[in-house]
Amino acid sequence: MRAALLLLADGRLPSGSHAHSAGLEQAVTDGRVRTVADVELFARGALETAGFTAAALSAATCAMAGAGTVPMDAVPWERLCAEAAARQPSAVARAAAEAQGRALLRTGRRVWPAAGLEQLAACTLRPPLPVALGAVAAAAGLQPADAALTVLQGSAAGLASAAVRLLGLDPIEVAAALARLTDTVDRLADEAAAFADADPARLALLPATTGPLLDVLAERHDDREMTLFAS
Amino acid sequence: MHPDLLEQNGHGHSDEGHGHSHDGPAPEHAPAAAVTQGVRRPLRIGVGGPVGSGKTALVAALCRALADDVALAVVTNDIYTTEDAQFLRRAGVLAEERITAVRTGCCPHTAIRDDITANLDAVEDLEARFAPLDLVLVESGGDNLTATFSSGLVDHQVFVLDVAGGDKVPRKRGAGVVRADLLVINKTDLAPYVGASLEVMARDARLVRGPGPFAFTNCRTGDGVGEVLDYILAGLGLKPVIN
Repeated sequence: MRAALLLLADGRLPSGSHAHSAGLEQAVTDGRVRTVADVELFARGALETAGFTAAALSAATCAMAGAGTVPMDAVPWERLCAEAAARQPSAVARAAAEAQGRALLRTGRRVWPAAGLEQLAACTLRPPLPVALGAVAAAAGLQPADAALTVLQGSAAGLASAAVRLLGLDPIEVAAALARLTDTVDRLADEAAAFADADPARLALLPATTGPLLDVLAERHDDREMTLFAS
Repeated sequence: MHPDLLEQNGHGHSDEGHGHSHDGPAPEHAPAAAVTQGVRRPLRIGVGGPVGSGKTALVAALCRALADDVALAVVTNDIYTTEDAQFLRRAGVLAEERITAVRTGCCPHTAIRDDITANLDAVEDLEARFAPLDLVLVESGGDNLTATFSSGLVDHQVFVLDVAGGDKVPRKRGAGVVRADLLVINKTDLAPYVGASLEVMARDARLVRGPGPFAFTNCRTGDGVGEVLDYILAGLGLKPVIN
């Protein structure tokens, strides 16, 4: 399934992510992020906090949707969405995660049709990106560790791409920064995959690490009139 | 041109009370529209073109002419959030809630071609909220001559150039100029001031577009907008009634 993983993780897969900077645009506006080194540090912080939490949620979702140990109609989709929302203090950041979840689910339903994706789309709550990605990964035949890895690498790569567009940084230098982050991404993906448990009773044990600054940046971004990115 | 829309819009248009009377959710209309009309959805037309060529002015002129007779909504993609949407709201050509602004993360062409999901979400939200709609206009952010809309997002696309950009622009080709269903060359009044020849632009438009139609407009005065309207009304399956 290596090719399927590359397809899911490819920034060119239509998923709406290109219009989201995950707070980086606001950090640039505030003068907090100016250089490639700043971008690397910002990405490292995002990965270790909100990124890890999202990856664990994605791995858990993928485990439930793909393991076959839980009957598909017993996957607690609403609960997964609620667990994700409970871990995202900023309402603006929640809305951004839901917008990206909606976009990815739209694409996933057509690219990898699956009953689970239809159930998630019919869910009474709006699926955020980590839940949508876990479900789409399962539909693509991927494993929870793949889902976790895709969330984390997508987070870092999305920030990096936004930084190139906003700051005019050397894209090769930015790629080198992403390469320096790969050990962190791999480690966090492994740790997140350990939460891939198909038992709904264990959902409450998912990590809840957040990045307060990311939430503040999300809220401040939304307050501003002239923004290029949706978040 | 769009045969499956003839029935839909013939039917839709016979309903009384278009435009603002559909404001607000009307969920009971949506299933009926989908079933009895036997089509997927309203006509979607993309309006693209370089920065400052007059896309928003054209959309405003179209809204002004159509809003009383056609149930429509607009999605804008200006690079800076809501600039175009606010222009349209200020112009008062369409009820404010029928205009949605989508942000594109510095990449307007991506949002209309490579990753259309955000625009699809915006279009579908408007279609659901104001069902039944006849027409949704999707205005791209200003981009270069190669910007085209994906067929997954719109049914037809209009590409807007302006005379002040220079009379050699049409012969530079570019997918937007060549492949758009209708090429609009705006700001014809500026030709003498910038040394541009409308004859050259018309000749080159024919050269690069073959039989593909084009229209000269001055959106500020409304000159030529009737041709664009006729094009859209034909797409809606309505008789041209303007001019």
